[in-house]
Amino acid sequence: MWPSGGIIDTAMPDYFGLTEYFTKVLHGKSYGGQTDLARYDTYYYQEEAAMIMMEDICKSYHVAKRTGGFKEACRTLFHREYETIRALDHVSFTIEDGEMVGYIGPNGAGKSSTIKILSGILTPEEGTCTVDGKVPWKDRVSYVKDIGVVFGQRTQLWWDVPVIDSYELLKDIYKIPKETYHNHLEELVSLLNLGELLKTPARQLSLGQRMRCEIAASLLHGPKLLFLDEPTIGLDAVSKLAVREFILRQNRDHGTTVILTTHDMQDIEALTHRIILIGKGRVLMDGNLNQIKRGTGSIDETVAELYRSYEIAEVGS
Amino acid sequence: MRDAVKLYGRYVSIHVKSLMQYKVSFLLMAIAQFMVSFNVFLGVFFMFQRFSAVGEFTYSQVVLCFSIFLMEFSLAECVGRGFDVFSTMVRKGEFDRVLVRPRGLILQVLGSRFELTRIGRMIQALVMFVYGIRGSGIVWNGPKIMTVVFMLIGGTVLFFGIFLVGAALCFFTLEGLEIMNIFTDGAREYGKYPMGVYGKRVIQLCTFIIPYALVQYYPLLYLLDKRREPWLAVLPLLAALFLIPSYGFWRFGVRRYQSAGS
Repeated sequence: MWPSGGIIDTAMPDYFGLTEYFTKVLHGKSYGGQTDLARYDTYYYQEEAAMIMMEDICKSYHVAKRTGGFKEACRTLFHREYETIRALDHVSFTIEDGEMVGYIGPNGAGKSSTIKILSGILTPEEGTCTVDGKVPWKDRVSYVKDIGVVFGQRTQLWWDVPVIDSYELLKDIYKIPKETYHNHLEELVSLLNLGELLKTPARQLSLGQRMRCEIAASLLHGPKLLFLDEPTIGLDAVSKLAVREFILRQNRDHGTTVILTTHDMQDIEALTHRIILIGKGRVLMDGNLNQIKRGTGSIDETVAELYRSYEIAEVGS
Repeated sequence: MRDAVKLYGRYVSIHVKSLMQYKVSFLLMAIAQFMVSFNVFLGVFFMFQRFSAVGEFTYSQVVLCFSIFLMEFSLAECVGRGFDVFSTMVRKGEFDRVLVRPRGLILQVLGSRFELTRIGRMIQALVMFVYGIRGSGIVWNGPKIMTVVFMLIGGTVLFFGIFLVGAALCFFTLEGLEIMNIFTDGAREYGKYPMGVYGKRVIQLCTFIIPYALVQYYPLLYLLDKRREPWLAVLPLLAALFLIPSYGFWRFGVRRYQSAGS
């Protein structure tokens, strides 16, 4: 499907025939310290400081080895073997203020670890990271005021009370001034069409309705940076389109920086110009959709092909 | 601080609203809570049908002791339930949500649960308290009333501290630890009798390791005029200091969570 060539001296075929810059990016391993990528970015965005600067972030987990079988299970009671899993291996990237970035990769690639580090939930072992001039894992309270996080698979709405009650609580949690709160709420209600839903308890909402309420909940305090973790998972076509349109609008009108993790490639296609591909804890590619899209294959096929080419797919080809 | 109280009030109002969605369930739960404690009370009652005293304490005095201890426990459980069931919060990832909000972690975890059903137990405790007072012949004065207030404060804080330790352990195990129930539900059961009756070893343990006796046995002696030293009355406040190491351990757990992830 793609021409393969020997431009790069590794076994990695050159699928894209891109510029020298891009071939360098493909050499994930050669990255360390001040990256060429970072230099590339500073060249283009010299005038203002980036929203997110992540450099050489490493994170590993210490997990108990598990083996099957009753006998083994008994044995581990007394003697446990631990292994270290490298979740993130020198991850570096820069994201500008107002950018919308798709962060993709197969399951277990390190996407949520990255999001957790960026949102201050986890502390990395190595590397530096600043978001809007602050270090996420230092001074948690002052940092998280300016970010919004949507975990697509977990709700932040109170199950049994009308949605508006959850919002009122958020108003107190974030100490949003009354007027700001009302302005934001009004805007979100009209854009996401929440009018009737506000009086409904969260448990009675459909998944699509809930997701719209969920996104509104994360934006009430007007964050500069929004993390969306699989925001369209399980939604029907109409809801998906509504959510996408809203995100685009939020980004355009408020300049909210959006980082989107998803497995839905149409999300990526509709929303982001730039994608960062991560696999086995390393940034494998950082570019735009057109650069990876070749020929007539659907976006899903393109990405599947991409995963296979980096040998990061969980199922073999 | 005023903000925190206001926010906590908001949390409580949401819990009450949620509860009103399931009125029958709430009522049954509260009645069940009442019955559970009532059963324990029956145990004490039947015991005293056979014996006239346990140690140096009469029936009414034991009931009084039990009622105060039960009230302390129920108050702590009502407010601190979020820490009691903290393992679910960690496993479900709710704690990640707590971490991305610009408020104190303890305040948010406290707000996550509010067990109003424990009102059943509190009513039981109140009934026993009145019952116990009538038979134990205490001559009430200022210091005596303060002693009861101190016991309630100290005991509630102590139990809360134990919940906090249990919650902090979840950062290491992810699962709730049944062993913690020894120190909460177990202590509640043991605490129906003044600690002194269990012997020297137990009283030492409950004085210096986990200071149950400071909120129960010693002030009770003062309350019942068995000992006269006024410092016995303020010992419960000393027990409240248990919160300091508990809080330290909690902070340690949180830091570990943030650098380990799950």
